[in-house]
Amino acid sequence: MGELTFGVFSSLVGSMSLDFAFKLAEAGIAKGHKVNMWLSGNAVMMAKKGQKPFKDYSHNEKLMKELMSKGMEVTVCEACAEARGYHKEDVPEGMKRASMDWYLAKTVKTDKLLHIGGE
Amino acid sequence: MGAVNLLFVVQRPPYKSENARLALTHAIASQTAEIYMDDGDSVVPIIVFVGDGVLNMVKDQQAMKVYGVTSTESHIKSCLLIDLPVWVCKEDMTRLGLKEENVITDAEDMGAELKTKFVSFADIQKEMESVKHLLFF
Repeated sequence: MGELTFGVFSSLVGSMSLDFAFKLAEAGIAKGHKVNMWLSGNAVMMAKKGQKPFKDYSHNEKLMKELMSKGMEVTVCEACAEARGYHKEDVPEGMKRASMDWYLAKTVKTDKLLHIGGE
Repeated sequence: MGAVNLLFVVQRPPYKSENARLALTHAIASQTAEIYMDDGDSVVPIIVFVGDGVLNMVKDQQAMKVYGVTSTESHIKSCLLIDLPVWVCKEDMTRLGLKEENVITDAEDMGAELKTKFVSFADIQKEMESVKHLLFF
């Protein structure tokens, strides 16, 4: 099986692209692939734990944690998060924070890179 | 694995969204990515501006004065300074009425030797077909 890396830049609320990224990750893991996810730009909204689920808004924390328990590596852009007031203590358990070079480095070994752009 | 070629394709104009800035900062981050890689591995990025994205190349941007933030221009010049190739689509410049004297052609003021390369869409397409990964912003 291969290694997939998704670079995701869309916000949690206001677009369904982030939801799509998690659904695709779920499908990739189900097929036995190793999946990495880089959250940058407005996608760092995922780096705030304890978000209250409402049916009118996307809420991916539960699925993200489930996928992380199955081996998905999720890393959030540290600078993008800090710029938005999401600090180290806000990060959901298991999520990592790194600078943008983490994502660039992942492009070397990954078989397929899917870049899911921002707004 | 060795060197992996990446093409950052910027289609969005500056300041309306964060896309162009993120493309530039991610491309520049290639300089320090080696700390996460095995010995001998590296990433070799090119950043290319196409469509409305060529508007990022307009020179004399005043973002610091107007918004209090670094300009896209300063990031583009930083790319040239670290020898990261900056390409611009000639056809899209023509479409938007931009001439070479209107855009960032170098970063000599920062001490950069590399200059902006003006390329045809056919050249860009060729590059898109040859790189390992494409990153659209």
